[in-house]
Amino acid sequence: MSAQATTSSQDPALLVRNLSFYYGDFKGLSNINMEVARNKVTAFIGPSGCGKSTLLRTFNRMYDLYPGQRAEGDIMFNGKNLLDKKQDVNLVRAKIGMVFQKPTPFPMTIYENIAFGVRLYERLSKSAMDDRVEWALKKAALWGEVKDKLQQNGLSLSGGQQQRLCIARAVAVKPDIVLLDEPTSALDPISTAKIEELIYELKVDYTIAIVTHNMQQAARISDYTAFMYLGELIEMDETDQLFLKPRVKQTEDYITGRFG
Amino acid sequence: MSEPSASSEIDLHAQQVGRFRFQDKLFHYITQLFAMVVLVVLLGILVSLTIDAWPSIKEFGPSFLWTNIWRVPDDQFGALAAIYGTVVTSVLALLIGVPISFGIALFLTETCPLWLRRPLGTAIELLAGIPSIVFGIWGLFVFAPFFGEHIQPPMQSLLGNLPIIGGWFSGPPIGIGIFTASMVLSLMIIPFIASVMRDVFDTVPHVLKESAYGVGCTTWEVVRNIVLPYTRVGVIGGIMLGLGRALGETMAVTFVIGNANRINPSLFSPGTSIASTLANEFGEAEPGLHIASLFALGLVLFMITFIVLGVSRWLISRSMGSEGL
Repeated sequence: MSAQATTSSQDPALLVRNLSFYYGDFKGLSNINMEVARNKVTAFIGPSGCGKSTLLRTFNRMYDLYPGQRAEGDIMFNGKNLLDKKQDVNLVRAKIGMVFQKPTPFPMTIYENIAFGVRLYERLSKSAMDDRVEWALKKAALWGEVKDKLQQNGLSLSGGQQQRLCIARAVAVKPDIVLLDEPTSALDPISTAKIEELIYELKVDYTIAIVTHNMQQAARISDYTAFMYLGELIEMDETDQLFLKPRVKQTEDYITGRFG
Repeated sequence: MSEPSASSEIDLHAQQVGRFRFQDKLFHYITQLFAMVVLVVLLGILVSLTIDAWPSIKEFGPSFLWTNIWRVPDDQFGALAAIYGTVVTSVLALLIGVPISFGIALFLTETCPLWLRRPLGTAIELLAGIPSIVFGIWGLFVFAPFFGEHIQPPMQSLLGNLPIIGGWFSGPPIGIGIFTASMVLSLMIIPFIASVMRDVFDTVPHVLKESAYGVGCTTWEVVRNIVLPYTRVGVIGGIMLGLGRALGETMAVTFVIGNANRINPSLFSPGTSIASTLANEFGEAEPGLHIASLFALGLVLFMITFIVLGVSRWLISRSMGSEGL
């Protein structure tokens, strides 16, 4: 059933081949084949439990933290297989950043929230670090709101600001890919709009993969959309194509609201 | 016909609400009473300790705290040696116990394979359940001789000649003493500190840890920068719980500390603690200044625990204030 999903991109940021995923004995993903195009926004949609978040979590090996979860197949990134046991996980995660559904500022100051991740892999002078923090906060459209309170705790910000702080944190380490797992589902419409705008701007520099429950959101911000159902990739295409002329019946049923 | 029945229904309703309100009030007062009992007991102990210690307080004044003398026949009493022994054994026990507990809790919550997690956790709780007298007997008859024969001599030859700290390890290797008491104490407080730490480490949201792993942190970096700051209050609480237990521990310490009422710079030499002095001397103490001084010792121990509690509160509030919250 799973469609061979290809994009027009000649040099995909991620190339997924025959990927299956297991939670213990339960098969969460079966035989996924797809590409994530460089400097584009790729959206993953589908009903709850369809495996879209699971797929996203294989891209930075987050599942490694939990015993009993394992993946089979290949995910090629810069010519190397991410799923290779010898692959350094921490390096992968520094190159493939992630933002979660709920904002997760670290229990430290706004400044430190950004500087923390940078410091892990780069040795910067104080002024270079200041510049980097400012740069990342500007990228996340948060600088104007927090520039006078960088020494306050990250938890003192509003939910929408916290989420943009998390995006700034992910961007600050200059990753190749940013993974967003339903980044706006806990936010109000205004914060959501800000983050959608942000995603649109970020794709100039980064490859973005976003899981969303919100089909309008996928339609608004993504270049490619993948529809998943029951652990399989049903259809993937250019977003306009998928929403206007889906090739598969299930996709059509889902986007027209007949199930899911 | 409908109106009277409606009003009687309202009456019934009002009655019921009245009864509920009464029950609620009653419940409120009963629980308040229980809570007050705590205050009454605390104050009662403080007052009765002070009354019983009064002759000693009147005789020696505050210098009781810094006088290093304990001569029962001459009725000369000072608490310094006991305070010294109590504080030194407890602090040493923490120095040994906290890093080990931290390691245990870390292993259990972050890196332990699932199948080992439960048996290991249960074992630690069992260790906490061993009565202190058992630790005392074991310490005196098993650990102290072994320690004196196999560990003290090499420690002395290794550390005894160092400047400044060398003196801590001088003296005959007899097994019992301040250091042995500290080691036994550390064994006794490890399960408390470790299980509190494990429980608070478990409260860190998975998604917060995942975010830290998500920027490329190693397990140690996640623990150092996320888990510890997040659980700081609980960790300090756990350490203070251990310290409180160490300060007041009586039986095990009495068995292995050597019960010599003096201050010796060597940690290998016998000493005493407040609790062990009380346990040793109450049985044969004559009414008068001796008994009063023992009560005064109890009061001092009470005060030390108060101070420990106060300091931990202060530490917690200060570290929260410095975070800009």
